[in-house]
Amino acid sequence: MNVTAKLRETIRELFSADKVDVFLAWEEGSLPMSSTPLFITDGAQADRAIFDPRCGNNLSVYFTKDSRQFRGKRVGIAVKGCDARSLVLNIQENQVLRDMVVIVGVPCNGVIDGKKIRRRTGGKQVTEVMENGDSVTLKGPEFSITLDRSEVLSSSCLRCVHPDATEYDVFLGEARAEVGNENRRKALDEVEALSSAQRWERTRKEYEKCIRCYACRNVCPSCYCSECFVDQNDPQWIGGTCDVTDTVIFHLIRNLHVAGRCVECGACARACPMDIDLLLLNLKTAEEIKKRFGDTAGIRIDGRPVMAEFREDEKQEFIMG
Amino acid sequence: MSEWQPRILAILCNWCSYAGADLAGVSRIQYPPNIRVVRVPCSGRVDPLFILKSLQAGFDGVLVSGCHPGDCHYISGNYVARRRFAILKPLLEFVGIEPDRVQFSWISAGEGERFATVVTKVVEDVRKLGPSKRIVKKA
Repeated sequence: MNVTAKLRETIRELFSADKVDVFLAWEEGSLPMSSTPLFITDGAQADRAIFDPRCGNNLSVYFTKDSRQFRGKRVGIAVKGCDARSLVLNIQENQVLRDMVVIVGVPCNGVIDGKKIRRRTGGKQVTEVMENGDSVTLKGPEFSITLDRSEVLSSSCLRCVHPDATEYDVFLGEARAEVGNENRRKALDEVEALSSAQRWERTRKEYEKCIRCYACRNVCPSCYCSECFVDQNDPQWIGGTCDVTDTVIFHLIRNLHVAGRCVECGACARACPMDIDLLLLNLKTAEEIKKRFGDTAGIRIDGRPVMAEFREDEKQEFIMG
Repeated sequence: MSEWQPRILAILCNWCSYAGADLAGVSRIQYPPNIRVVRVPCSGRVDPLFILKSLQAGFDGVLVSGCHPGDCHYISGNYVARRRFAILKPLLEFVGIEPDRVQFSWISAGEGERFATVVTKVVEDVRKLGPSKRIVKKA
């Protein structure tokens, strides 16, 4: 039985046992290669749910962006490894009650980044996708190309260390534990080999692309301040234009706001219309936090997020002697 | 044209470092006049945004100073700040902002001499780097 069939079965069971009022999953999107979030309120709709590499949306975002809609309701949710960590973080931060959610883990081998595909096909419409082990064949009306899976996967997936949920009630298969991933170090080494001036040149080039649409912020399940610092106008922290200093500051501060809270689901990078490598900064911060404080976002369900805690005897070599 | 002088913003906590600066003043200890002081209630009040905004506004360097660990007036403000600065500094370095432009120190109310030493060191470091150009917003 494939994952989609198992997911549908699980949803039906949850509704017939009256364990949930609503279930969040994915369904077929209106275009090929796309999926869209699905809210199921009745077990009879279970057959609309799907799970495959198109299902990139991190559904935990619905708990923090508009939490009122779930007030008093028991919510079932299908989660990949990263989505589960988002949810764990939300539970840790008291945004979601553990007793009110039924977490259904799905085994994930990475999701597709539509932008990468569009780049490879030159924007031509893809009508059919066939996965064959490590290669993916894309077909359209007048073309067919075969790519390596790594060429179309979201960059967050290429750097993933927690493919499967660490916290769940039901898991559709065998949940894998943490895996090693050398791509993380590689991505950082590439930048760290540069001189300071070259790094700034790189940063400037990358963030000059930003049009300040805030899609990255809006899609982020960890970004849920009722008023974001970029929207404040007294004082106005960030200028309203796309001046590169403003965009760099926006991205650095957003990165610090989600420091120790970012689960690297890659939703921001997939949402970015300008194809900025947003995850690189998050990766840097996550690795720094892991190295210094030994913590990874969305793993611990108890206690407080890492940046809200401290130990008295921490290393402080960066403080002037 | 006169020689370029670095301009450095010093964000000092009310209870220790600001008093330390005051002591340096009343003790007539000499230190370079390149700093402008902003007094904050606690180093825990210092948002990394303040630091980046100062650099964007054209300051050549930023010094943040608070009470020594264990001496915070609010018990734990400087511990939380320390964690924040611990990740801010490598992040700035990563994106290509010279690390010496943003510095942190602990200065108590009794360390006027130390305040002068720290300021001298920061001014020297920033002078070596030259005028800040990277994250400065052009008018």
